[in-house]
Amino acid sequence: MVNVVESDQLRWIVLLPLLAAAYHGVMLGIVRRPTPRWLIVGLSCGSVLTSFMLSCLAFWELIQLPAESNLLLDDVYTWIGSGLGAENLTAELALAFDPLAAVMCLVVTGVGSLIHVYSVGYMEGDQRDDCGFQRFFCYLNLFTFSMLVLVLGDSLVLMFLGWEGVGLCSYLLIGFWYMDSHNAYCGSKAFIVNRVGDLGFLVGLFVLFGALSEAGTPVVAFRDIAAEFGGIVDATVRLPFLGEARVVTVAALCFFLGAVGKSAQLPLHVWLPDAMAGPTPVSALIHAATMVTAGVYMVCRMSFLYAASPEASAVVAWTGALTALFGATLAIVQTDVKKVLAYSTVSQLGYMFLAAGCGGFSAALFHLGTHAFFKALLFLGAGSVILALHHEQDTEKMGGLRRLLPVTHWLFLVGVLAIGGVPPLAGFFSKDEILVAAYVSEVPGHAWLYRIGLVTAGLTAFYMWRLQCRMFYGRSRVEPGLRERVEEPDGWMSNPLWILASLAALAGFVGLPQAWGDVLTVSDSNSLANFVSPVLAAGGSHAVENGTEYGVALRSLAASLAGFGLAHFFYLRRPELPGKLRKALPSVHRLLVHKYYVDELYDAVLVRPLVALSERVLYRGVDAKLIDGLGVEGTARAVRALAAHGLKYAQTGFSQSYVFLMLLGALAVVGYLVR
Amino acid sequence: MPDFSAHLLSIVTFAPLATALALLAARGVARLLGLPILPAGAWRVAGLLGSLFTFVLSLRLFAGFDLAEPSFQFVEHAEWLPSWGIDYFVGIDGIALFLVLLTTFLMPVVLVASWNEVERSLESWVFFMLLLETGMLGAFVSLNLIQFYLFWEVMLIPMYFIIGIWGGPRRVYAAVKFFLFTMFGSFPLLVAILVLAALPLAETGVLVFNLVAPPGASGPALLDLPVPTDDPVWWKNQVWLFGAFSLAFAIKVPVVPLHTWLPDAHVEAPTAGSVVLAGVLLKMGAYGFLRFALPLFPDAAQAYTPLLLCLAVIGIVYGSLLAMVQADLKKLVAYSSVAHLGFVMLGTFSLNTNGLNGAVLQMLNHGLSTGALFLLVGMLYGRRHTRLLSEFGGVARPMPVYAACFGLVIMSSIGLPGLNGFVGEFLILVGTYLAHPTIAIIATSGVVLVAAYMLWMFRRVMFGPIENPENRGLIDLGLREKLVMVALLLPIVGIGVYPDPCLRRIEPSVVELLRLVEVRRQVSPLVEAEPEADVPIDVPPEQLEDGEAL
Repeated sequence: MVNVVESDQLRWIVLLPLLAAAYHGVMLGIVRRPTPRWLIVGLSCGSVLTSFMLSCLAFWELIQLPAESNLLLDDVYTWIGSGLGAENLTAELALAFDPLAAVMCLVVTGVGSLIHVYSVGYMEGDQRDDCGFQRFFCYLNLFTFSMLVLVLGDSLVLMFLGWEGVGLCSYLLIGFWYMDSHNAYCGSKAFIVNRVGDLGFLVGLFVLFGALSEAGTPVVAFRDIAAEFGGIVDATVRLPFLGEARVVTVAALCFFLGAVGKSAQLPLHVWLPDAMAGPTPVSALIHAATMVTAGVYMVCRMSFLYAASPEASAVVAWTGALTALFGATLAIVQTDVKKVLAYSTVSQLGYMFLAAGCGGFSAALFHLGTHAFFKALLFLGAGSVILALHHEQDTEKMGGLRRLLPVTHWLFLVGVLAIGGVPPLAGFFSKDEILVAAYVSEVPGHAWLYRIGLVTAGLTAFYMWRLQCRMFYGRSRVEPGLRERVEEPDGWMSNPLWILASLAALAGFVGLPQAWGDVLTVSDSNSLANFVSPVLAAGGSHAVENGTEYGVALRSLAASLAGFGLAHFFYLRRPELPGKLRKALPSVHRLLVHKYYVDELYDAVLVRPLVALSERVLYRGVDAKLIDGLGVEGTARAVRALAAHGLKYAQTGFSQSYVFLMLLGALAVVGYLVR
Repeated sequence: MPDFSAHLLSIVTFAPLATALALLAARGVARLLGLPILPAGAWRVAGLLGSLFTFVLSLRLFAGFDLAEPSFQFVEHAEWLPSWGIDYFVGIDGIALFLVLLTTFLMPVVLVASWNEVERSLESWVFFMLLLETGMLGAFVSLNLIQFYLFWEVMLIPMYFIIGIWGGPRRVYAAVKFFLFTMFGSFPLLVAILVLAALPLAETGVLVFNLVAPPGASGPALLDLPVPTDDPVWWKNQVWLFGAFSLAFAIKVPVVPLHTWLPDAHVEAPTAGSVVLAGVLLKMGAYGFLRFALPLFPDAAQAYTPLLLCLAVIGIVYGSLLAMVQADLKKLVAYSSVAHLGFVMLGTFSLNTNGLNGAVLQMLNHGLSTGALFLLVGMLYGRRHTRLLSEFGGVARPMPVYAACFGLVIMSSIGLPGLNGFVGEFLILVGTYLAHPTIAIIATSGVVLVAAYMLWMFRRVMFGPIENPENRGLIDLGLREKLVMVALLLPIVGIGVYPDPCLRRIEPSVVELLRLVEVRRQVSPLVEAEPEADVPIDVPPEQLEDGEAL
């Protein structure tokens, strides 16, 4: 049990972006008067920046706390309170700031602030909608609010509020340019696929709450669940068709379904590549740095649950590993720069789940943080290129941009090297920690998990260097008329990139493995892991020998270098080779370009049959023919027939017979009553 | 000055009718004396003022509601036909309170919303709307079964005319269908009420229609009649009595497969009619289950529970699937109503506090969000005179305010946390899971389906390029329409953010209801015949003994 320290400043971290969003929302949605640009920028960027500073203050307060307490709590009011005794469900509107939340909160507000500032430059020239600028910042603020609720919410129910809120903002921002029906379609798709995951989240919540309620401890706050967890570890639940199963496993798998939806893992990854229809800063903030990592965060938050269920952990690890490989293979053939980065995100998120499933929760969190930096950098860098080329995203029409956009080139290069795993940039350390976690874990088939991780590391370096080459090096394929008008972005856009690049380069040192710390004679070198370990379950993590550590690091470095080298050979030295390869293996290429036909499969197996069933069978059949045709109008016809052929003979016109019938009826009623 | 506060509930109930009658009388007097009669527009203004007055008064019900009192409040009782056991007897608990508030709130809102929509026979329109309001309020506050039945029938007539006179092209078909469906249920209901009142005749010598004992008067009441434990016939009758009550209520809810009157009635009804129909009239069914069917026949309710739960889940899935393939906006919303009311039924028959709290709250929520949806559809219809989805596309461009309001309402309907729909739906699902896990899991799939059809509809109407040139010149919401939407959006957001004021008032009554069900079940012989390990709800032992002693 942790000692809780009250702190009523936490609410402002969450509230400020909400207030800004609410102001924009009322101005846009009801009042509809133009707001001056400086006010929009001031409110939106200001609120998120202030949130970031308040988070830093809270972080400072947290690390000043005495050793036995590591949680700041701000209980605002009771949100939902219902039921008596063992059924009582009380969800407080309470924010909890513990080490895990602190890391996330800093990442969300920090990267969020940078992307808000970047967006001022990026959305500057966007004239597609009269209030588009304000609308964009309204959604972005609302997103920041929701994400912070997700992170800081102290209970499952409140987390769900944030969970759905970020889904809504994602929907709104993907379809931001709604006049294009493809964008609107992509937004809806993201929301609906996410809802499938939410179904899992809700059922998981019910299963867990049901078990806790049965044990007489109906709680929904995370720290209470963790405290009462002992009472339900061995409880079982009866599943329809499947028989008895352990509550922890069922709940963990259901929650993981939620994570799969939100973090775009197999088989619910289909929405993320389509989500690139949104403006690029959105792709950076929501679909790379923060929202999609919510699933990973949730698994870490519930780490005690996964640590108690080896079966669920194995599912998490394998799903993660397969998604990592799957995403990487698809990223190789994409030509749209944002699609490459999207599949890369799918793949990197897979890495994080691989770590979490192997019990390396702090490794997952570490990679989450570094990924937020370098992927945001990559997306924003890509955004600068896209804007400079007047919304051109196809790498077929880029090439040789190093000369036109030298600063962007160097910044992008930092991101590419970081994600590719080149020491001492951040990605190398976090990826290394994941591979170590997989290497030493006890998950069934962990040796294969490790190998998949290693291969994916090589593939990552390959497709990222391919992207770098196709964008910045070689012959320029930019249209000649455009070439003269390409210029570097302004300060709003370039300054955040510098900060992100520094973070992507240096963030790795907060999680230096102890093996390296020994060399540098630093004790407790992995400060991130030490910081968050009190709130994470120990899982299957072991003390790792330095030799193992060096071996894993060397192999992953070799894989990365091989990837870089191969890509360099293919796309700079012998640029004609990829085309030849494509011709040699047409079926493989087609399979990859069509993304393994997953979308088509869902359409054929789920969507179309369901619509056909509803339309032809239920609507035209059951509703119109069976119930209305046979039931309602059938009855009407029957009554008419009865009246025409039978009852009309009762209408004799003789009053005596009516009186007689009336008497009979009255007698029958009285007879029944006095019986 | 006489003390009105003792008759607050009656004043609220009859204020709309009084307004209507006063208007009628003024017209009659003017005719008689040869004075100029009131212009039609004055009726509209007077009707709005009357309903606004009713709403303001009903707020005093909310403010004066005693949180510590689980039973009926603002009770008024007067003998009417004492020898027949028919009294004027009204009172509300936390369940009825919010339905009364919903009714008094929605009525001025729809009158404002339909300000320019109705031109034909305006006087009759105002008269019927006010009569309808009194009918609905009367049904929610009645504690005497005959009185309840009277109001139940009274609200049928104005609704029939509202659809039949001001409706769309197939209005007569829809009105007749609506009328016949409801009558098909009301007749067995009347018979069942009479039989129920006559059952204790042998022992008490009087017919009993009062649900609970009126204050000060020492008459027998249905809910605390001595239960003849040695007479199984008394209780065996429950099964068909409950069946008859359920039929009437299930048609109103509507429970699949008794729902087919609803899409027709909605499509043909004028906007205001649809809003009242979906917002309030449908609640009458669910309310009937809660107020009468459950506590009066607890054993039968228990026996019917699996059937009704299954129908509720079928309603959720079936309604959602059908909503997905509709081409007409109003029909889509109508089928979504079927799905949402399935959740209410589910919560009701989970028979625990969470489920019932959720069900009552969800009735309120559905009234707000579906009412708002019908209003929004009506606003679009008023501009384009079509409701076909295929006619629209890109509407968000010319009508951004409309799109924003529509989006928020849709999110409430989808059950987005932070808005009202979530709280009710979540509590219903939690309650249902605790009672029947499998059913709850199937019902949860509704959250995916509702997102699918709502977003699909929203995308078709709002987004994409403007292909139909008629959509290009659409005018955004005016001040009157904005006012209507803000009035609806405030409670939608308010309940979602801070549902406690509602839950605190609902829960004591729900607990009391469950206690009654439990107490009455324990003394009935049917349960002894099939012993079940029922989990007793939290009832202090002395209360249990009280119940048995009665």
